[in-house]
Amino acid sequence: MQVSPTLVAAREARLQVLEPPRRLAAAIEKLSEAARAIRRTAIAAVYHATSGHPGGALSSADLFACIYGDALRRGDDLNRDRFVLSKGHAAPALYATGAEFGLCSVKDALSLRKLGSRFQGHPHVLDLPWVETSTGSLGQGFSVAIGMALGLKMKKSPARVYTMLGDGELQEGEVWEGAMCAAHHKLDNLVAVIDYNKLQSDDFNANIMGLEPLGDKWRAFGWHVQEIDGHNIALILEALDHAATAGGKPHVIIAHTIKGRGVPYMENVPAWHGSVKMTPQQTEDALRALGVAEADLKNWIEGNV
Amino acid sequence: MSSAPQLIASGTDSLREAFGKALTRLAPDYPEVVVLDADIAGGTGVHHFRKAFPERFIQFGIAEQNMMAAAGGMAAVGMIPIVTTFAVFCLRAVEQARLSIAYSNRNVKIVASHPGLDVGPDGGSAQALEDMAAFRAIPGMTVISPADATEMALATKAILDFQGPVYMRTGRSASVSVFDAGHTFEIGKGKIIRQGCDLTIVACGVEVARALDAAKLLEQKGISPRVVNMPTIKPIDVALLTQCARETGAFVTAEDHNIHGGLGGAVAEALAGHAPAPIEFIGVKDRFGESGEPEELAQHLGLGAKSIAAAAERVLARKKAA
Repeated sequence: MQVSPTLVAAREARLQVLEPPRRLAAAIEKLSEAARAIRRTAIAAVYHATSGHPGGALSSADLFACIYGDALRRGDDLNRDRFVLSKGHAAPALYATGAEFGLCSVKDALSLRKLGSRFQGHPHVLDLPWVETSTGSLGQGFSVAIGMALGLKMKKSPARVYTMLGDGELQEGEVWEGAMCAAHHKLDNLVAVIDYNKLQSDDFNANIMGLEPLGDKWRAFGWHVQEIDGHNIALILEALDHAATAGGKPHVIIAHTIKGRGVPYMENVPAWHGSVKMTPQQTEDALRALGVAEADLKNWIEGNV
Repeated sequence: MSSAPQLIASGTDSLREAFGKALTRLAPDYPEVVVLDADIAGGTGVHHFRKAFPERFIQFGIAEQNMMAAAGGMAAVGMIPIVTTFAVFCLRAVEQARLSIAYSNRNVKIVASHPGLDVGPDGGSAQALEDMAAFRAIPGMTVISPADATEMALATKAILDFQGPVYMRTGRSASVSVFDAGHTFEIGKGKIIRQGCDLTIVACGVEVARALDAAKLLEQKGISPRVVNMPTIKPIDVALLTQCARETGAFVTAEDHNIHGGLGGAVAEALAGHAPAPIEFIGVKDRFGESGEPEELAQHLGLGAKSIAAAAERVLARKKAA
């Protein structure tokens, strides 16, 4: 796993007992900018693919920035941390994250869903080893992450496994099979992050199959539960740190997010979950909202990045 | 007070027992092997492994989907997970085997006991007659069904030495001994175990012993059947089938499985592409099973030696008419 050395240094600085507040502020600013970059690349990728899921990519971008920019520790093959995107349809955000942290180029990420591209609609590990496993059928990435965490523990590796789930994904029975399993085996090296944007393919979770009380469910299954604002970088970092240090139980971070976050016309609109075809105008509006300068819009639309 | 009842009667040389014992014997030489169980270790034969290597035995509870996908994760960190459950519950996790094992090319071995009518009295709900078809349809998945305890021990070593995902059937009932100690096993290879020139009976699993019995019946009628043991259903031994087509010109396939999609399907596909010849299919004819002892069920549903012999006579007539 390649993680920017400056961000690793920032994390180490924050972990000092008397951490200088200015350093923390700098790390937050860096990660906020990384999250904006992830959103830009993800939106452009969905535009160029003429299909793909923008809503969940935008809701999860801050989480991606903090996980890849801060939490994941490098190491040899056995001792490195791993991240599994169980909500595989957030692939545009994963690839955009890879581009932000040097695992691929922005141009690579923009080849999303094209014939011959290794950047398929859902991540495939034989195409891209850094995605760790192939996902796209909900619930499975979570189980794979559990298997990794179990295996790493048996091999006495200190490595942690992070996995991101969607909220709709929690309707899969396999997730609760896994939740029981991880608690039973005391997998405190496992950190599940839920992108809780309240919307799924067709409608709000509450109208499709209600999830609440969600925190109570995970607590009842024997997990260490944190609920946070999934767009507040400082709170995400704090929750990830806490998950990395508290022992004895697997960790879940229920991150309350807004689907389509960062692009006003997409926010909280169910139609932007699914595989959509974005127009050039919609894409320009979105990129403008995400801080792309007027002079650069044309390049993004033409893929010259 | 009487002693606790034995929940699961294990035949001393059932294929599941042969598998469990072979795996336990081999385990010291394969330190990356771990066994995954869904609360039926006594039924799948891996209780032997659990006793000898408790630290390498992982309990997943009655939750096969999570177990199957988690095996992919354990393989991703360098282990060789052996997923064990009944064949019918492997069907429950076919999609996990597809995405998290085969599509990711994980070195996972799925070993399924209680396949086919061999399950017996538990009845139709428990008799997996579709498993070989389902797993055979997954790209990159090797599918194996050994014939007796000797071959099972050899196949167990072979799948541990093989790099890639495997689905292997064991068996519940006491098995009939077919091979002597000099038998060899290689993934992807069938073997002529009885020479003959009029037709070829291709069989796997429990049907191999029945095919040999059928050959004796045919011999009494002056027919010379060849018998091929075909323990690897995928990849099927095309070269051997082509040779048998050239030398005998007619086939009967025999398997404890639906006639659709398993050994018969694999043989038919291979021959259609390389050496077309008439084929008769012995297996369960696209219906579900029912309760009964395995031998009774085999007679009742047309999988016994007499049924195989009758199919041989039918195919011989077709060959002559052609």
